[in-house]
Amino acid sequence: MSKLALRDEILLQVEKPARYIGNEVNGIIKDKSQVDIRVAMCFPDVYEIGMSHLGIQILYDMFNRFDDVWCERVYSPWVDLDKKMREENIPLFVLESQEPVKDMDFLAITIQYEMCYTNILQILELSHIPLRAKDRSLEHPIVIGGGPCVYNPEPIAAFFDMFYIGEGETRYRELLDLYKECRKQEKSREDFLREASKIPGIYVPMFYRVEYHEDGTIQSIGPVEEGIPEKILKEVEMDVSHTYYPEKPVVPFIKVTQDRVVLEIQRGCIRGCRFCQAGQIYRPVRERDLDMLKNYALAMLQNTGHEEISLSSLSSSDYSQLPELIDFLIEKCREKKINISLPSLRIDAFSLDVMSKVQDVKKSSLTFAPEAGSQRLRNVINKGLTEEAILNGAALAFQGGWTRVKLYFMLGLPTETEEDIKGIAELANKIAAVFFETVPKEKRINGKVQIVASTSFFIPKPFTPFQWASMCTKEEFLEKAYATRTAIKGQLNQKSIKYNWHEADISVLEGVFARGDRKIADVIERAYKKGCIFDAWSEFFKGDVWMEAFEELGIDIAFYTTRKRELDEIFPWDFIDCGVSKEFLQREWKKALEETVSPNCRAKCQGCGANRFGGGVCFENTGKGYGNGNEGKD
Amino acid sequence: MKILGKDMGTEMKVRIKFAKSGAMRFIGHLDIMRYFQKAIRRADIDVAYSEGFSPHQIMSFAAPLGVGLTSNGEYLDIEIKTHAGAEDMKQRLNKVMVEGMEILTVTMLKEDAKNAMASVAAAEYTVRFRQGYEPGFDWPKRLMEFYHSPSIMVTKKTKKSEMSLDLKPYIYQLSLQETEKAPVIRMLVNASSSGNVKPGLVMEAFLKANGEELSPFALEIIREDTYADTGKEGEPHFVPLDAIGMEF
Repeated sequence: MSKLALRDEILLQVEKPARYIGNEVNGIIKDKSQVDIRVAMCFPDVYEIGMSHLGIQILYDMFNRFDDVWCERVYSPWVDLDKKMREENIPLFVLESQEPVKDMDFLAITIQYEMCYTNILQILELSHIPLRAKDRSLEHPIVIGGGPCVYNPEPIAAFFDMFYIGEGETRYRELLDLYKECRKQEKSREDFLREASKIPGIYVPMFYRVEYHEDGTIQSIGPVEEGIPEKILKEVEMDVSHTYYPEKPVVPFIKVTQDRVVLEIQRGCIRGCRFCQAGQIYRPVRERDLDMLKNYALAMLQNTGHEEISLSSLSSSDYSQLPELIDFLIEKCREKKINISLPSLRIDAFSLDVMSKVQDVKKSSLTFAPEAGSQRLRNVINKGLTEEAILNGAALAFQGGWTRVKLYFMLGLPTETEEDIKGIAELANKIAAVFFETVPKEKRINGKVQIVASTSFFIPKPFTPFQWASMCTKEEFLEKAYATRTAIKGQLNQKSIKYNWHEADISVLEGVFARGDRKIADVIERAYKKGCIFDAWSEFFKGDVWMEAFEELGIDIAFYTTRKRELDEIFPWDFIDCGVSKEFLQREWKKALEETVSPNCRAKCQGCGANRFGGGVCFENTGKGYGNGNEGKD
Repeated sequence: MKILGKDMGTEMKVRIKFAKSGAMRFIGHLDIMRYFQKAIRRADIDVAYSEGFSPHQIMSFAAPLGVGLTSNGEYLDIEIKTHAGAEDMKQRLNKVMVEGMEILTVTMLKEDAKNAMASVAAAEYTVRFRQGYEPGFDWPKRLMEFYHSPSIMVTKKTKKSEMSLDLKPYIYQLSLQETEKAPVIRMLVNASSSGNVKPGLVMEAFLKANGEELSPFALEIIREDTYADTGKEGEPHFVPLDAIGMEF
């Protein structure tokens, strides 16, 4: 690469110019005259966040293994550069070739959280691509969305030509071949999109119509033409041990959030917490082969030179060969002075032993995520963690030298009462008491224990048993946060407990987007036009501007958040099949209200429907899936 | 994977000279340090680490290079445990460099040699005015007059105060090199920790003396090399930092 898209004057005036120059270790440069398809892979947030995302690294590696494709990266320009680009009408560019995004064949955007929706519009506008799919022509890239948020793509459907529902490893080759074929035959954009909509996992919004009841709920969603599928089943890579994974991840120059090798050990989670979307949409649980992980760990460390490796999964303790993997890593990493980071481990004797080997106990903290303050409410949300397990784990940890504990809770969960909120404070207090009981005075470092309790606000998400739940208002959320604070202040060990809570107005908005329908697109565009951007960054979040946008368009927030939903309501996302059945989610919702827990996938199949994919945890041990015959009989 | 080769039984100090060009001029000093830590791992250099719970590579950089500048003479020192010769190490490192980073020399230092940072006495720069930013007066002629004046007073701002300083003793050489386009300024200035002078400061004083203001983007600056002083008190003798090193 010889020429940069931005002049020196601009690069020297913006914060961290390294965000925009490309040229990183393991970045892929191809001869553009030798490829047929150019793909811009985008994470619509700042470089340091986007570069930390594993999914993009996997897809970047996959696309670039195709000889006929050159995949390059693009992230949101930070606000300083955003301003300059608008002033000077500089088109947004991809990092590798520094060429405009608008000259690519595809713009693929991964959508990991709802609060990046305005950044998607920023990417489109700075790229000089019309915001609405209907205004685009052959000269514009095909804009495709993927990632967890596209399990309800409706609020942003107007901005996308298509969505890829599910895991990216399976269908892109087919889509690219179709694109090449359509171009050869000089087919129209619409004809290509029509053909694409017949590929499994691909949703093309323009071929679906939504009809509403008078009360605003949905009457029907369906294809507008013959031959377009009525339901779109998510795509799953069933053979996670023999698929694309980057041996040479791109190594950024500047420090990014995830400045380390990331080893994804499994997909999915057996736990079935009822608030958790990831726990449902990534079913069934699929473990990667131990030897594959060992080989990739070594190769990635060698090829990046990173000084740290992290295991990634929703619940690492549930990976069946974790002890072997960790022993291997400890041995190899000791030689090379590489740190091991182990997030999402359940705190018990095994994990504490491992952590004491790989971390500086004095500097690290323990994390528990009880999510709710009382056992009753933990049963409602199906969070298997008991108070006894937490206190035992804490006692072991304090004996091992740890003095810092982080606790994560949610406020506003279905059926929550004052007692449950008090339970948060009491649990924090009991943990502090355990410290004073287990650690004799002379052994206390600085004489104290630090407990940080954090609460976020519960947001009902599509494809969870709580998709029927009402969400709290901003005022209710804040009252709950104040009640938590007051309860903590009233505890004997309150001096050892620090309390943080999340911003309520951001949560309300996230709630609207999470369960929103197509009408929300106008609000997003209006707020963006009024200056909303980087909404996930509290310093840029403009709650009042968002409220103005809703008011001006006459869109009622309560309809999407607090409204009670009937069991037979058609949801905006119901035309997507995420692998688990609506019947299963309804069963779980009813059990939640009865305060009944469901065992995890390994203990007893709950018949969620994910066994139809023919593999993973559903077929462990039995070889034929212990889903069969057991469904729902608990 | 260990490098097969001579095991000295003790650590050996190695000085690495590199060039930084192209897009790499936008990577700041701290990130260049991180870049080399990772590059040394990728190249399988048997580098020595500090003791303690979070060991780090023993590494010393000569003089931080400002963002926007390129260089043909940057240095860092590392300590290694085993090796297969300087040429092997240079090749290994060059194999893992990105475009715009090139290893120029690898030499061995005596055990008692001062580290790269402490050795820096001077740096040589070439300075050009970017197109459209040339001063409005006959600057080549005036520059030499400016350089030959008995003193060059500037105000140096620190965090706490402003102080008046004579730059003259810190500028060891200043000359003009004729090229097909505009002349290029070459200057050798003090770069030691006690008296570091940035070429921009000299040029700012020059323009100010001629009633003009220096725009922050006017100059294109290349650091040509970094020097140690092997002379005596009052009689400096500047040699490139790798001239102190030996072949191995």
